[in-house]
This record gives sequence, structure tokens and C-alpha cells, in this order.
Amino acid sequence: MNPRRLFLILTPYLWLLVFFLIPFVIVLKISLSDYAISIPPYTPTFDLSAGWEGFKSFLSALDTENFTFLATDALYYTAYLSSLKIAFIATVLTLLVAYPIAYGMAQAPDEWRPTLMMLVILPFWTSFLIRVYSWIGILSNEGFLNQFLLWLGVIDTPLIILNTQAAVYVGIVYTYLPFMILPIYSALEKLDGSLIEAAEDLGCSKIQAFWLVTFPLSRPGVIAGCFLVFIPTLGEFVIPSLLGGSSTLMIGKVLYEEFFSNRDWPVASAVAVVLLLILIIPIVLFQRNEQKQREAN
Amino acid sequence: MNRKFSWFNATSLTLGFAFLYLPMLILIIFSFNESKLVTVWAGFSTKWYGELVRDQAFLNAAWTTLKVAVISSSVSTVLGTMAAYVIVRAGRFTGRTLFSGMIYAPLVMPEVITGLAMLLLFITIGLDRGVTTIILAHITFTMCFVSVVVSSRLATFDKSLEEAALDLGCTPWDAFRSVTLPIIAPAVISGWLLAFTLSLDDLVISQFVAGPSATTLPMKIFSSVRLGVNPQINALSTIMIAIVTIGVISASLITKRSIARQRAEEQAAVRN
Repeated sequence: MNPRRLFLILTPYLWLLVFFLIPFVIVLKISLSDYAISIPPYTPTFDLSAGWEGFKSFLSALDTENFTFLATDALYYTAYLSSLKIAFIATVLTLLVAYPIAYGMAQAPDEWRPTLMMLVILPFWTSFLIRVYSWIGILSNEGFLNQFLLWLGVIDTPLIILNTQAAVYVGIVYTYLPFMILPIYSALEKLDGSLIEAAEDLGCSKIQAFWLVTFPLSRPGVIAGCFLVFIPTLGEFVIPSLLGGSSTLMIGKVLYEEFFSNRDWPVASAVAVVLLLILIIPIVLFQRNEQKQREAN
Repeated sequence: MNRKFSWFNATSLTLGFAFLYLPMLILIIFSFNESKLVTVWAGFSTKWYGELVRDQAFLNAAWTTLKVAVISSSVSTVLGTMAAYVIVRAGRFTGRTLFSGMIYAPLVMPEVITGLAMLLLFITIGLDRGVTTIILAHITFTMCFVSVVVSSRLATFDKSLEEAALDLGCTPWDAFRSVTLPIIAPAVISGWLLAFTLSLDDLVISQFVAGPSATTLPMKIFSSVRLGVNPQINALSTIMIAIVTIGVISASLITKRSIARQRAEEQAAVRN
């Protein structure tokens, strides 16, 4: 192999090895360690000077106690289940909001489309944190939504939305909406309008034509969009901690607090390892779906 | 698909875009509010902008954030472009599967896990936490986004152009500089912009790896927002939204112009 090629491959390779892969090995190792009141706050630590014997005693001191702890303490498995539930419901809600928008965009006149695309992409470039923050002023007890509903006379007392799961759903739908709109739009845009006309000529009502022709043909986009929302939502931290209050249990927040408030690094690492294992399933399914799409094209 | 644009489509687009933009609009309007109460309008004022500019802690955080974003996105553009080249052009080599896995994994990794893993690495190797660790972490996660953007452009362009340059006596580096780079330049630039924005925006990873000595703007925003809505944050958000809007719109105008120019050149070439 010539040196130039070697340099080209090795530079990014080594970078990712050192700063991405090795950190995960360290997380795995610490998840098998025990909590200790020391710096760093876990035991055993690996001592190179002790040589092979030291390495053997280091290995024998590792155990899966933290994982047993995660499985027996209700806080953790409830947090995993509740994250899965929130991510699932939020994905469905995002789909329901995004589909009509993507559909409208696909049917809009050609000259509007670049502008509409830009309007969908622009929020994606705007700070995530700011977009989540903007909802605090809307959903709080004296916020705009409550003021508006009181003014309309729909309610007499302010609704409590902020610091509940409802606020978390609003936050997720809002911030992840572009990820759902774009793949659905690109599927719908490719759709041949004459297919729908044919279905209608053959006696389908508009709604039947939608369910029999349009929706099945947009399914690849729907599936891709659902994964793009579900996967990051599962480990979400910012939205539940700003909008969810103390009542919303999500595993990303639990991990963060375990690390920063309880300073229990071994348990935090074990939480991370389990979350990764859970995430592998949707990620593999997503990859497979993408692969299938590429082959189909 | 281009059929009758019905009232249903018009309604869903109007409601959809209202949902996307109304919260930000409210945020912007109330950054000009006289009152400290963020939900009650008490007259126009720019005093929160004045307070923001005089707040040394915010200015320091802004400076740190900008420094981190410029350095990390520049390094990650170089590394990400190299990685894209390896993925698309290097062919088979030992450990290729692992390499492409490491390129795609950070894209779907929850930030809390990436942050935790990097922090534990920095502690294990005894690197002092601060601006340096934030930069290292940001390079690592943004280079993967750059490499995805650049590799999709690399994959679509004709390899024979490069080979022609090599046949005509270019060194590989010359061929890259004078043939490949100009063609993939728009992708490299948008990769840099993406990396820059991601770095500017990142809260969770920075929070883990920053340590007590360095604070970025998102970290500062997060800690003050936790205590409730704050008009100063509205002012800051407005400035950030304005910068991003101007940036995105001018970037898209530039791309549009370069596409138009490219088309004109192609047509001219066909005519000759």
C-alpha cells in the first residue's frame, strides 16, 4: 500500500478509533466496575505497572452487578419502558402532523416548492434548544395558549400543560417535524399523478384512492421518517428536562442525573450500555429499510 | 405528483407552517417587550439587547462557542472529507466495515451516550477538561455528518475525470486539488456549514466534556432557562435566529446561482 493511501485511510480511521470506539470500550468496562468513594469514583482501576497478574485480578474484579441492579430497581426499567412509550406515541403524533403538510407540499404548484422546502429546512438549522425553549412561554400556566383559551372562553381555569408529558409530546413533534416531512415529501413528489386519476376513473372515491394508491406508495418515506423520529427521541434529554418536569421519566434524563447528581459512574455507564442495546434493533431495521430502498431504485 | 391544489392542501400547509413558525415569532416579538414578564406586553423596548451586550458572562460564552465552532468545524471538514474519500474511493481494505460503522454510528447515537463516553475517555487519559476537550468532542461527532454530505456528492461524480487528470500527468494531490475539489466544493462547504451549526447548537455533549472551566452559549442558555422564561434569552434567541436565517437564505441563493451557472456552461459546451 502506498504511503499516501495509508495516510488518507489512517488519519480519519485512527481519529474515530481513539475518540469514538475506545470511549465505548471504556463505558463498557466502567459499567462492569463498582462504585467507590474515590477519584475516579469507581473500582477497579487498571494499573499497567502490575503487569499480567494485575490485569488478571482487574478482570476478576469486574462483574455484572450494575446490570442486575438496573433490572431490579423499578426506576430504571420504568424509565426504559416510559421512554419507549413516549418515543412511540410521539412518532405517531409527528406522522399525523407531518403527513398532511408533506402532502400539501407535494401538490403545491412547482414554483412554490423551493420556498416551501426552505421553510421546512430553516427551523432545522435554528438552535434546537431555542426551539424547545420557545414552548415554555406558550405552555406555562400564564402562557399564551392559556391566555388565548381563557379569552376565547373555552376554559375557566388555566390548563396545566408545562411540566407534564403532554408538553413533552408537543416539544418532540415540534422539533422533529422536519425529519418526518422531508422523507414523506420526497416519496410523494415522485408519485405519478396519473395513477390516482386511473384509480378514480375505475370508480374509487378520493379517500379510497388515497388509501389504495397514494399511501402505499408513500410508505418508504413514512417508514424512514418514523425511524428518524423514533431513534433520537428514545435517548432525548433536552425536551424532557425543559418541558417534562420531574414527573416525566425518560432514560436520557435518568442517565444524565445518575452521572451528574448521584455521581454514580458505573450505574450511568450500565444505563448507557442497555440503551445502546435497545437502540440496535430500530437502527438495524432502519438500515435494512434504506438498503431495500436503494436496491429498489 | 401535481394535481389540483385543494382547500384541504391550503389549510394543512397554512396550519403546518403556523405551527412551525408561530412559537419562534412569539419569541422574537417578546424580546422587544418592555416588561420583565415575558407573557404580558408592556410596550416596545430594546433594553434586553442592551443588557445582553453588557453581560460579560454571556459575551465570554459566546466567544467560547464561536471559537469552538470555527476550529472544530474546520478540522472536521478536513477529516470528514478524507473519510468520505476513503468510503467512496479507497476500495477494499482491512477493517473497512468497522470504519463505515464508526462513520455512521455517531449519526444515530444519543448525545447523552456520546457525551458520557467521551468524558470517560478524557478522564482515563488524564486530559484536563475545557475548551480543548469540547473541540475534540465536536470534531468527532460533526466529522461524520460532513462525511455523509461529501460522500453523497463524491459518489455521483464521474471517476474518469480524475483518472484523465492522472493520465495527463497530474500527481494524485494535483488531481484532487484541480479536478475533484472544485466539483465537490459545494458539498464540502455545506458540510462545513452543517458542522458549524451542529457545534454552535450542541448542548449535551458539551455539558459532559466541558468541565467547570469552560461554558458555551447553549450551556449558559440551558442553565438560565431551567429557572424559567427570561427576556434576555429571548433577545439572544432572536439574534441567533436572525443569523441562521440570513445564513441559510444566502447559502441557498449561492447554490442556486452556481447551479444556474453550471447549467449555462454545460449548454455552452454542448453548443460548441
